[in-house]
Amino acid sequence: MAEIMELGEAVESLVSDGDSVAFEGFTHLIPFAAAHEVIRQGRRDLTLIRMTPDLVYDQMIGAGCASKLIFSWGGNPGVGSLHRFRDAVEKGWPESIEIEEHSHAGIANRYVAGASNLPFAVLRGYVGTDLPKVTSTIAPITCPFTGEELMAVPALEPDVAVVHAQQADRNGNVAMWGITGIQKEAVFSARRSIVTVEEIVDEFEPRPFQIVLPSISLDAVSVVPNGAYPSYAHDYYPRDNAFYEAWDPIGRDRGKFEVWMARHVFGVEDFAEHLRSIEAEGMVKE
Amino acid sequence: MSGTTNGNATYTADEMMSIAASRELRGGVVCFVGIGLPSEAANLARATHAPECSLIYESGTIGAKPEVLPLSIGDGELAENADSVVSVPEIFNYWLQAGRVDVGFLGAAQIDKFGNINTTVIGGDYDEPKVRLPGAGGAPEIAASAKEVIVMLRQSPRAFVEKLAFITSVGYATGGNSREKLGYPGAGPSVVITDFGILRPDPETKELTLVGLHPGATVEAAKEATGWKLKIADDLETTYEPEEKELQVLRDLKERTEAARKAG
Repeated sequence: MAEIMELGEAVESLVSDGDSVAFEGFTHLIPFAAAHEVIRQGRRDLTLIRMTPDLVYDQMIGAGCASKLIFSWGGNPGVGSLHRFRDAVEKGWPESIEIEEHSHAGIANRYVAGASNLPFAVLRGYVGTDLPKVTSTIAPITCPFTGEELMAVPALEPDVAVVHAQQADRNGNVAMWGITGIQKEAVFSARRSIVTVEEIVDEFEPRPFQIVLPSISLDAVSVVPNGAYPSYAHDYYPRDNAFYEAWDPIGRDRGKFEVWMARHVFGVEDFAEHLRSIEAEGMVKE
Repeated sequence: MSGTTNGNATYTADEMMSIAASRELRGGVVCFVGIGLPSEAANLARATHAPECSLIYESGTIGAKPEVLPLSIGDGELAENADSVVSVPEIFNYWLQAGRVDVGFLGAAQIDKFGNINTTVIGGDYDEPKVRLPGAGGAPEIAASAKEVIVMLRQSPRAFVEKLAFITSVGYATGGNSREKLGYPGAGPSVVITDFGILRPDPETKELTLVGLHPGATVEAAKEATGWKLKIADDLETTYEPEEKELQVLRDLKERTEAARKAG
């Protein structure tokens, strides 16, 4: 049963140094507010899991939270590189980071296996690519019924899954809609979970392609309006493409990055203050 | 290649590339679309000669009908008018892996003569690369399981290389029937569209061969832009120039996209 609590308290009680943590949200509903809270609380040595690291992991990696990254596509969508991610991989700054690299299908099936309490998943893929040479968590397997050769990938079982959604009700049930990506699988694969939501409502209305995560599958629900900014929350606010573009020169330069993080993440109390802080510098639209 | 003026229309080599790629998409097909250039070409096809094609994006949107080009693979625009929106495991397992995708439409950072693709690392070795690229994303399984694959990328010696630093997605492996031995359900890349022209695999060796040149491009320039000894088809064709409607629709699409981004 989920407890509705402050985000700071949720991170404090559910995320520890050395944990494996999956912050999911496929372009949509990326849990930036929760990531900033983890950064602010100074978590270290995390294994970060996420299909598309996006700016959220660029910030966490640059802030030194991570010792390992499990991912399948590490770019700034529509803009270019994740420079903090690249700096860590290419130059070991701020510290070297181990990477475990898959395809989207590989990671997706690893979550499904974890959510199903199976040791591994099977898929058609990877054969003939160089990925099995560099990623030890890809291995061939023979079907016991047909003899067919397939590829196996081990289950992902993160210590914590963190996702953002549009709404929760007063019992801590969570509703999300629009593109819901891999969030359900991430939550069910993890030992503990934190969900941030735009708002709490008395009752959910039917929405196209809506999924509901029952309160009994969750640990903490925290209300953080705009908590997915600069990504978007369908029916709440659009993706701030300008922010993604503006991030490029900030992320590209270690000094600029450190100044930005000091001012807008470490130097603020919470996400609401973060948004006011960047708005003051013209980096939030509307 | 930069701008080209030809015949009665002025257009850029990039516009010619997008238009040539869009023409490869037949009406009624189910197309799994990569972001960037493939998305532009696929939506141009949908807005011109192939309104019936179903565009699928890896974020789980099926039958997406974006009014403007998405900047990312999971923009809300893609979900807004989609026939359905499903989870990521469902899109890869039930759709792609299950053989429900006719055409995979991919971009690439590097390609070799057998249509294998690198989007992972360039230079140095894997652990200490010169350039770390975004990685695999959905491409390996699109290349594996789509019934056929269309690749589009700009042609240059850095992109068209003799040997890939990393094979992220398989085309025809080492050529000949080597792809078949890998057991993939899909047939592999049927065409590669560049800003110079059109390449197709040789039926026997599977080596990419220049079969078409865009107006204004030359065989010599295409060879110079290729890091291997490029084979040229005997009956080399010239791509039809962009029709007025194609150019108009492409430019409108890009203008709408630009305006939407500025309005944010």
